[in-house]
Amino acid sequence: MSQPTDAVAVAMSGGVDSSVVAGLLHSRGERVVGLTMQLWNQRRLPDLAGDRATGRCCSLDDVYDARAVAQRLGIPYYVVNFERPFEEQVVKPFIQEYLHGRTPIPCTLCNNFVKFDQFLEMAEGVGARRMATGHYARVAWNPDNGRWELRKSADQAKDQTYFLFGLTQDQLARTLFPLGGLQKMQVRELAREMNIPTAEKPDSQEICFVPNGDYAAFIDAYFREQGIAPEAAAGELVTSGGRVIGEHSGVHHFTIGQRRGLGLARGEPLYVISTDASTRRVIVGRNDELLRARMGVKDVNWISTAPPSAPLRAEVKIRNKHAAASASITPGADPQRVEVHFDEPQRAVTPGQGAVFYSGDLVLGGGWIE
Amino acid sequence: MRRYYFDYNATTPVSPEVLQAMVPVMTEVYGNASSVHHFGQMARQRLDDARRQVAALLNASAEEIVFTSGGTEADNLAILGAARQGHAITTAIEHPAILGAVAQCSSSTTVPVDGRGLADPDEIRRALRPDTRIVSVMHANNELGTVQPVAEIARIAAEAGVAFHSDGVQAAAKIPVDVRALGVSMYSIAGHKFYAPKGIGALFVRKGTTVTPLFFGGHHERERRPGTENVASAVGLGRAAQWAAELGGEEWTRLGSLRDRFESAVLDRIADVHVNGAGAPRTPNTSNLRFDGIDSEPLLIALDLRGFAVSSGSACSSGASEPSHVLMAIGLTPEQARSSIRVSLGRGNDAAQVDALVDALAECVAHLRHIAGRRTSFSLSVPEQPDLTHVPAH
Repeated sequence: MSQPTDAVAVAMSGGVDSSVVAGLLHSRGERVVGLTMQLWNQRRLPDLAGDRATGRCCSLDDVYDARAVAQRLGIPYYVVNFERPFEEQVVKPFIQEYLHGRTPIPCTLCNNFVKFDQFLEMAEGVGARRMATGHYARVAWNPDNGRWELRKSADQAKDQTYFLFGLTQDQLARTLFPLGGLQKMQVRELAREMNIPTAEKPDSQEICFVPNGDYAAFIDAYFREQGIAPEAAAGELVTSGGRVIGEHSGVHHFTIGQRRGLGLARGEPLYVISTDASTRRVIVGRNDELLRARMGVKDVNWISTAPPSAPLRAEVKIRNKHAAASASITPGADPQRVEVHFDEPQRAVTPGQGAVFYSGDLVLGGGWIE
Repeated sequence: MRRYYFDYNATTPVSPEVLQAMVPVMTEVYGNASSVHHFGQMARQRLDDARRQVAALLNASAEEIVFTSGGTEADNLAILGAARQGHAITTAIEHPAILGAVAQCSSSTTVPVDGRGLADPDEIRRALRPDTRIVSVMHANNELGTVQPVAEIARIAAEAGVAFHSDGVQAAAKIPVDVRALGVSMYSIAGHKFYAPKGIGALFVRKGTTVTPLFFGGHHERERRPGTENVASAVGLGRAAQWAAELGGEEWTRLGSLRDRFESAVLDRIADVHVNGAGAPRTPNTSNLRFDGIDSEPLLIALDLRGFAVSSGSACSSGASEPSHVLMAIGLTPEQARSSIRVSLGRGNDAAQVDALVDALAECVAHLRHIAGRRTSFSLSVPEQPDLTHVPAH
């Protein structure tokens, strides 16, 4: 008996996208194995629970939906447990980043360290060298430069390449994004045609393990579970001029660019300019103080191009909904670190978020904003 | 694809003779066993026959058998029926049906087991208190198959005047069970572990032992378990008990040699394998193996995709992130517990199937160890080390 390595493992969340991926591959005659990652135990942090809570990953309903789709398609299906790596490599760094005054992207951490790493290894372990997900992105081999290239999806509004900048050549070589060439409407239509039970399920919007998108409440609840006093994160609200104007209950309640009431003197709006984790101060100021022309980006991963030795031009996205801005990227002595100079200053450059470099729809690479 | 079943400790198929006994009861002998008329009397007769058959398997009297909905209810009835308002003593490797019920008692003591999975009777003795109402020690463990020194522990409980219960769900119809010789006050069994259907079990309650019911309603089962009797399933349980009493001995010998064939082939062909629970007396059909350096989750799936059904512990806790409490209790690390699988044999298995399982195991384990061996951190580093022991200081 030979080792069956020709199967494709589909990461099934119970949503319409990954359900259609399973259906598409199955209809193409691929040997499909459906796997749902159990990432977070919903019985934890009970004070966050509520009947109306949304955005709850790995709920019994999602597993039920994914299983129903697998049964409908007649493919083998399993729930695989990744709660421990998810907590260690996604949830804890997510909280730690907030406490250090940065604004993290858990989806990217999950992609880098769980989905395209440990899940991919699990897939290979069960006999599937390739995996497929419902991400809106395109991957293709470029024989000219001998690299796997990552491109934005055909549906520009659904493009998820911003979250995929950490993927390595080895990971891309083994990954299928069957929805990359489709519009979301087509995906729903396919779901209906295939009689997939989740065809009308609403899109998920928020961070999957944070109910109602209230990440600060999640962090506070996690503190309580771990026996950490929430007051430990409290501090002062300070103007950019250094004047203390109030107190706050934790730097994790703030993100850069967020509006924070009115300036006392002239009644103009005040915004969070930065947070200083070492003093636990939150600095507020005028909107124009949020503009930055340059930023450092660390842990850069080059995808569709070899690491550059000379400065290059690119469009740079500094958060998921940001319209990519033209910039020059200058590599430094450290090959994993670059300086980015925007042609026009950008509002709310936020440490901890990703910076992703594009050339048109091609993803050159990306890293973390310092 | 041909499929092979190696998970008889999770559940068994209904055997042909059990099905044959049950079908006419469902279609023809449909009376309510408590009814006065002929239909009721016919059902009552079948129920009484079944009760005698179950009693015979355990060397009990028929009136000492209480039919229940299964092993969980039997265990709950024993613990909560005897000791809800008192102190209970049990072991660290019990089934959740015991541990969950004991947690409902006023107080409880959990006694550890040794590296083979055996409880020390002296530990039980030391745990006894004036308010102890029950000692419950399983006869055979579901994950390891280890058989506890039940008779010795029963003596200790008897000397202290405390009721003694044994969860025999994984022992009945796998090894000889004699409730008189064991000296137990109560003993649980579940039909679906030995070729009767799911949803029927029984609790042996020795004459003179008082259990208060969990449910309230009619006067069925001598005031111990109200509800219209599940006659067809009880008949199935009785027929399965009869089969085990008559033919079990031969089958247990056959399974024991199949299990030994399996274990020696695995140990021979695969490196770094350990038999969990080795060195203790075990049920003849159960083998719990540890494959160092690999995770049981992909192993289980890889085997299933090849048609081999095994288990990574008990079916009741699959999908959980916590490692098996049984394997942790015998001193394994969480990693070791997570690299263990259970193979449990039954009537449908033969030597050819076992040999095919060994082949598949050897290939899957080699594949998974190959992957684990080349595991390198080719991803980006985490932005910040996950250290939440304190929030950033001033």
